[in-house]
Amino acid sequence: MAFDYEKYIRPGKLPHIWCPGCGHGIVMKGLIRAIDTLGLEKNSTAIVSGIGCASRLPGYLDFCTLHTTHGRGMAFATGIKFARPELQVICVGGDGDGVAIGGNHFIHACRRNIDMTYLIMNNNIYGMTGGQFSPTTPMGARASTTPYGNPDPPFDIAKLAIGAGATFVARGTAYHASQIDKLLVEAIRHKGFSVVEILDSCPTTYGRRNKFRSAVEMMNNLKESTVSIKAAENMSPEQLQGKVITGLLYKENKPEYIAEYQKIIDDAQEIYR
Amino acid sequence: MAKKIALLQGNEACAYGALYAGCRFFAGYPITPSTEVAEVMARELPKLGGKFIQMEDEIGAMAAVIGASLTGMKTLTATSGPGFSLKQENIGYACITEVPCVIINVMRGGPSTGMPTGPSQSDVMQAKWGTHGDHPAICLVPASVQELFTETVRAFNLSEKYRTPVTVMPDEIVGHMRERIEFPEPGDLPVVNRAVPSVGPEEYLPYDTRFGDIPPLAAFGSGYRFHLTGLNKTADGFPTNKAEVVQREGERQLRKIEDNIDDIVLYEEYLLDDAEIAIVAFGSTARSARYAVNEARKAGIKAGLFRIITYWPFPDKQLAPLAARVKAIIVPEMNLGMTIHEVKRCAAGNSKVTGIFRVDGEPINPGQILDEIREAGK
Ligand SMILES: Cc1ncc(C[n+]2csc(CCOP(=O)(O)OP(=O)(O)O)c2C)c(N)n1
Ligand code: SF4
Repeated sequence: MAFDYEKYIRPGKLPHIWCPGCGHGIVMKGLIRAIDTLGLEKNSTAIVSGIGCASRLPGYLDFCTLHTTHGRGMAFATGIKFARPELQVICVGGDGDGVAIGGNHFIHACRRNIDMTYLIMNNNIYGMTGGQFSPTTPMGARASTTPYGNPDPPFDIAKLAIGAGATFVARGTAYHASQIDKLLVEAIRHKGFSVVEILDSCPTTYGRRNKFRSAVEMMNNLKESTVSIKAAENMSPEQLQGKVITGLLYKENKPEYIAEYQKIIDDAQEIYR
Repeated sequence: MAKKIALLQGNEACAYGALYAGCRFFAGYPITPSTEVAEVMARELPKLGGKFIQMEDEIGAMAAVIGASLTGMKTLTATSGPGFSLKQENIGYACITEVPCVIINVMRGGPSTGMPTGPSQSDVMQAKWGTHGDHPAICLVPASVQELFTETVRAFNLSEKYRTPVTVMPDEIVGHMRERIEFPEPGDLPVVNRAVPSVGPEEYLPYDTRFGDIPPLAAFGSGYRFHLTGLNKTADGFPTNKAEVVQREGERQLRKIEDNIDDIVLYEEYLLDDAEIAIVAFGSTARSARYAVNEARKAGIKAGLFRIITYWPFPDKQLAPLAARVKAIIVPEMNLGMTIHEVKRCAAGNSKVTGIFRVDGEPINPGQILDEIREAGK
């Protein structure tokens, strides 16, 4: 039987705002499948976002949803989760939202290790505002604000997350759709802060300026430019040149913030009872 | 039973007031001269099962406080000038999404890093106009340690009642002074909790004006699920560009406050009945003004004091008739002229309005005000 996405979509909120060929919808379907696999309760799951095309995702889903300010989704999510730890909290957003304006919240969320999941849809561009370069736009690429090619070197989001202390870091692509939910299921199950970066595509503002003739061509590029961590094990450095590794990139168990804080509460209540 | 009495600092009183009001969540970022609020909350909240978090910056702290409030908690953040500026975008978010929360802004000299340990009263305009767009603003300006306690409690009450952020703004002197305080017992001061939905989850809308201008706010995790956005929204919390809805919602958000001015505006009148010269002041400056008024009376000058306690909404209703009655109004403030413009607007030319402005980090002393009273009395 075909998967019933509608069960999780808010009645009356489609069609979505995304352009034909945009990868964000593929990611949303992956998230829905992950939620379904995990059997997350609608009333006890909060989905939070910042601002951008990617950040419109929560509104379509029938959960407790919060569309906040540009880059700040992670900080709002921190407040929600810390105040009510029994809620499952998932934060979503784009690359501009997450690692430009929201970069500070992102690295500190990684460091703090609160038990939530951050799904970042990296299309290498500011889609919503019409295609300005982002901190993940490759050098040399064209954006509306890099008309002569981008001189600004990009972040590797997964490395940034690992460096900042995230305890679960995975990367997938919008092309490898069936992997998205698998990564998200593992990420959400992980006790601690998990980051899932999905390499995504914006045919409208990135593809057109960078010689991609179609959305399909962009999707194929996601396939060709990536290699799974398993396959990479048997490849030479020359073969790996220019390839981006996907899959579960990092996982460790570290004390989780809210559990640690609960110990402080328990001790304080014991002493001052 | 005898009341519990203590010698407390203003900022500490503020924290205890928040706890009295039922605040169980604090998020902040350290900044002088407000840090003691965070320090007390960090120490006291765990004892009560509450949560304290030091965020990576003031933007994040404001965001966390709004997020936590959405789960039904009463939440507080505390800051000072530079941090207050950083919070502004998310304060606007709390205004449009109508999520209660309380912000303490202990006023120091500015702009920018200004005078971190120097007193000031120069954030009063930012408290109303700091975030972009039309929005409601409630701002309280206590003048003593005891009042910092009670006004913080009131700030929570107003925030919960009107579903809007409320700012409490002691100047640095009030925030840092130590005074005797009598702790109210539970029940001595009213404590207001936000209205909860009277309809079931299927029927619930976050901006359902069938329930009046202040629709109940459900909590995430309480069985209700809904969407909130900082975009202009309809009753169900979803974005809209519909002209009539945007206009109507914008007007409602201001009306929440405008229709309830008498409930919100608090002030103190001192020797104003027969006064010919009125001082309009707030915070620590009002303490100097009161002293100056007493001195003036001794010298036979009919002076009085109007002390602002609720700065926003501004006490227009009280100041307009006062201006019609007195010969002159003097506005001493630790800035280069902010309140005076509001007072002049209320006076509408009916009395002479002069100011005493100081930004050198020194308090306005009674002598300075007395000189001005003498001048006005000539
Ligand atoms: C404080 C602030 N600055 C700038 C903007 C304008 N803005 C809206 S969305 C956006 C970029 C979104 O890009 P990204 O997060 O990568 O998501 P995408 O649209 O590509 O999915 C910007 C710069 C804003 N809304 N708020
Ligand atoms: S502009 Fe780009 S990111 Fe935004 S919806 Fe269109 S394709 Fe997607």
